[in-house]
Amino acid sequence: MTDLHRSAQNGDRRALARMLSAIEAGEVDVQTLIDAAPPTGAWNVMAITGAPGVGKSVLVDAIMQRWARQGHTTALLAVDPSSPRTGGALLGDRVRMTTVDDPELSHRVYVRSVATRKAIGSVPMVVGDMAAYLLGCGWDRVIIETVGAGQSELRCAAVADRIVVVEGPARGDGIQAEKAGLLELADLVLVNKCDLDGAERHAAELTESYALGEEAPQVMLVSGLKGTGVDQAAEVMLDLAPSNRSTVAKMRERLHASLERRLTSHSRYNQTLVDLSQGTIDIHEAMALLLSERHESPGRDDQPR
Amino acid sequence: MEHPLRIVVAKPGLDGHDRGAKVVARALRDAGHEVIYTGLRRTSQQIVDTVRDEDARFLGLSSLSGAHAHLFPQVCQKLIEAGLDDVVVFGGGIIPEDDRPALHEAGVRAIFGPGTPTAEILEFMTTASSMADVGVGQTSDWHWTSKA
Repeated sequence: MTDLHRSAQNGDRRALARMLSAIEAGEVDVQTLIDAAPPTGAWNVMAITGAPGVGKSVLVDAIMQRWARQGHTTALLAVDPSSPRTGGALLGDRVRMTTVDDPELSHRVYVRSVATRKAIGSVPMVVGDMAAYLLGCGWDRVIIETVGAGQSELRCAAVADRIVVVEGPARGDGIQAEKAGLLELADLVLVNKCDLDGAERHAAELTESYALGEEAPQVMLVSGLKGTGVDQAAEVMLDLAPSNRSTVAKMRERLHASLERRLTSHSRYNQTLVDLSQGTIDIHEAMALLLSERHESPGRDDQPR
Repeated sequence: MEHPLRIVVAKPGLDGHDRGAKVVARALRDAGHEVIYTGLRRTSQQIVDTVRDEDARFLGLSSLSGAHAHLFPQVCQKLIEAGLDDVVVFGGGIIPEDDRPALHEAGVRAIFGPGTPTAEILEFMTTASSMADVGVGQTSDWHWTSKA
């Protein structure tokens, strides 16, 4: 494993891919391999989130292409859902990716498909470890593309420094824009498919809604497919400042995610579920057990992540 | 359960027919595996890069264009050059019986024609995962004999 780690740090992409698999499977602890402190400067990990079908993959591809042309290296962790029934997954984000297939740019772009496996929410927490490892191997920026996410899917806040929410045209009336949730955490909102009817109106409604509060994030009109506004969006995203409106909400996500992780990584987690279902212990005893001792064994196959 | 297998399903070359690839991808997904689908019209190099970056254990190649005799061995060769000799390669599509020995020779461990029950493909995967030397560049001369 140390040899593999050394090769990965020296730019061997096969070794990098294998290390990421090991991290994903909980076989290695990232903290022991790389300095926990992220490199420097601006943001390191950005989440791109939004409803299914709004065009996240195409847009991310277009942004990565702009950055790659400027010489920046970007790794993408593209998350798709695992079937809750069979555990299988069809990871299709690459179908829409062209930058990674461009021989001129592919050395500056790494795309890895990630299934949610047993995780709760739109981003498995282990993705945070994978991102940290990529940064440790010298990638400038890491983007996490979440599963198509609804209004209350905020878990990406636990693993990313910046959150970009992608919206589409005609996504409901003005009241939708007033609702609390994902949009409150955005550091930038991209209204995609701006060539279609309703995009401008939706962007105007969002801007208006944000104007009622403080520290409004920028709302931009783009078309990932046609390329409209992508240069500007890529520039804004590169130096994106955090919106300070939602620091508390972001910290809440981090806190909850780390609690959840502590519960599910306990060596007796699965046994505790069985005990609970058989009624031999109650919820309070289960909580006391899972939180008091620290018998964590992230390497076990049967551990949810 | 063990960690799911990661499998790339790819369409090399100029071939717009992906129904078969999608059926196989779906069957593998339903069997609990993680399937990365490349989309249509990929070059050999793009497919090999995808297998490398995604850390896939298996690669399924689908071709209905008649170019399999050229493209499948080319992908196999590039996998070996990239140091991915332990990846298990299987193929499917319209592949005449006469063409198959050369493909097996190149490292393709199974070829599934039209009408193959998806259960047979899963059976092949289970068998191949239990063998240590059936990667594209590895020593075994074993290949799956299709019942279809």
